Amino acid sequence: MKVLVTVKRVIDPYVKVRVKSDGTGVETANVKMAMNPFCEIAVEQAVRMKEAGVVTEIIAVSIGATQCQETLRTAMAMGVDRGILVETAAEVQPLAVAKIVKAIIDKEQPKLVIMGKQAIDDDSNQSGQMVSALLGWPQATFTSAITVNGDEAEVKREIDGGMEQLTIKLPAVITTDLRLNEPRYVTLPNIMKAKKKPLEIIKPEDLGVDIAPRLKTLKVAEPPKRSAGVKVEDVKELVSKLKNEARVI
Amino acid sequence: MAVLVIAEHDGKLLKPGTTNTVTAATKIGGDITMLVIGHDCGGAAQVAAQVAGVSKVLHVDAAHYAGAVAENITALVQSIAQHYSHILAPATGFGKNFMPRLAAMLDVQQISDISAVESADTFVRPIYAGNVMATVQSTDSIKVITVRATGFEAAATGGSAAVESLAAGPDTGLSRFNGQELSKSDRPELTAARIIVSGGRGMGSGENFKILETLADKLGAAVGASRAAVDSGYVPNDYQVGQTGKIVAPDLYIAVGISGAIQHLAGMKDSKVIIAINKDAEAPIFSVADYWLVDDLFKAVPELTQQLS
Ligand SMILES: Cc1cc2nc3c(=O)[nH]c(=O)nc-3n(C[C@H](O)[C@H](O)[C@H](O)COP(=O)(O)OP(=O)(O)OC[C@H]3O[C@@H](n4cnc5c(N)ncnc54)[C@H](O)[C@@H]3O)c2cc1C
Ligand SMILES: Nc1ncnc2c1ncn2[C@@H]1O[C@H](COP(=O)(O)O)[C@@H](O)[C@H]1O
Repeated sequence: MKVLVTVKRVIDPYVKVRVKSDGTGVETANVKMAMNPFCEIAVEQAVRMKEAGVVTEIIAVSIGATQCQETLRTAMAMGVDRGILVETAAEVQPLAVAKIVKAIIDKEQPKLVIMGKQAIDDDSNQSGQMVSALLGWPQATFTSAITVNGDEAEVKREIDGGMEQLTIKLPAVITTDLRLNEPRYVTLPNIMKAKKKPLEIIKPEDLGVDIAPRLKTLKVAEPPKRSAGVKVEDVKELVSKLKNEARVI
Repeated sequence: MAVLVIAEHDGKLLKPGTTNTVTAATKIGGDITMLVIGHDCGGAAQVAAQVAGVSKVLHVDAAHYAGAVAENITALVQSIAQHYSHILAPATGFGKNFMPRLAAMLDVQQISDISAVESADTFVRPIYAGNVMATVQSTDSIKVITVRATGFEAAATGGSAAVESLAAGPDTGLSRFNGQELSKSDRPELTAARIIVSGGRGMGSGENFKILETLADKLGAAVGASRAAVDSGYVPNDYQVGQTGKIVAPDLYIAVGISGAIQHLAGMKDSKVIIAINKDAEAPIFSVADYWLVDDLFKAVPELTQQLS
């Protein structure tokens, strides 16, 4: 079966983001970028399913600037067969992401779509659920295990109180949680091979979808800083501070 | 304006984030209806009727709502959505699962995880793991919103809303709920606890978490963890605090053997008082701590438990 994965290019999770001085957004010039960690997990899952003989072809989609080609190449170095870049300089919010992904799914007809549960820049946690809604497909969010059995998949999902088991009909959309797998490192030979894999570049207009943002960002700001704390010398001092100063116990 | 709050519940009682969501609804203004949807959830509907500020409770009960299956819940909510200007649910595993599905069915851009209400169409939400606060204005006619519980007080009880039964929507048959494995604990729930004791990779093993549990029991606290402690298998996944785990803001958060990565701080830095115990004097967790102790946790934690007696 054919699988489609989505990969978003984001600021590297270990970089400290800074708000622009005019409050219009965050500083992205000369900032290290990376594949969204949850998308790496999605790619890894698809590649493992291909290695296990369950999957025949993996397509990766990225939406954004020209540089998303690098993100797609990384996905291909991990084992994705081909990439599609939906190139735009505009801000693409989750509903628009979902409409673009749906349009590509309509063409490619994959049986399974694997997306990250959350993009770590906007922290929206929406796009996967929206794609499945637009298609009228089942969804399994925050998954930590997937087994495909013919026209169904058994999934384990992380929920607030523990774990949940769900059976979903295929085709379906799955979003990944941290415990689904540990993504592999790309090797140099695979990076070289990835350069030869097909990468198609299209525009949102080619898909006929309206990507106009519905949310207007009025401003961004840093959260209030916590006031500086104090170092205590030993447990005795800690207990005394808790009881007499903080008065929380 | 008419606001619909979708309750998270266990059939008998409301889950902690729900009453905070009612407070967010109160800030938006207008009439507040609470939807209690589930299987065997008449008890929760009665409890919902007592939440101050709620003027009506809609109770929908059917077997195919067990496990809060997203496809089935959204089919029902979509059928009543046109009566409301705002639809809210807590930004928990429950709300995050089905609300974006609902938003897309309504052709609406959801506003995720709001921590403040500026006006009926303008909200503040954290992005980049809470390192940036964005103020956003929605142009959609129905606002679909998930609410970060720590941004709002819990609504009081004392209300007496009417409970109205509503016929169930369709069973979409798209997915089948096969059950849950819930972590059993006599300790308070993480998101409702007044005190949380959290352990990180520094704990070294699941066995060693016992020393934290002893401290937690002395304080009546919940036990949390960093992602590293969960990934290492020391504790179950539902203990994880952080950007991609639970967001907490207790009166007291005690971080033990946790370095303080931004993704962890994202989940706990709004706690009232933060204590950190770490043997590394340079650990970033100290930057958010009110009191910090540089020491070996295997010495400091038992000492702390003992001195609290
Ligand atoms: C996409 C993404 C999402 C993430 N989401 C989350 C999340 O939700 N929550 C989260 O927590 N993390 C999250 N992380 C992981 C995060 O980046 C860190 O890797 C993680 O928080 C580290 O956990 P830790 O502090 O327990 O471990 P470490 O960073 O290894 O720190 C262990 C600490 O223990 C101390 N220590 C060791 N032994 C002792 C001792 N005997 N006594 C005292 N101190 C000791 C050490 O000095 C060290 O500071 C996420 C990462 C990514 C990429
Ligand atoms: N611009 C994008 N390009 C590719 N995939 C995306 C994009 N935005 C979101 N996604 C996918 O949707 C998931 C959830 O994103 P979000 O809803 O923004 O939190 C991400 O992990 C990606 O897999």
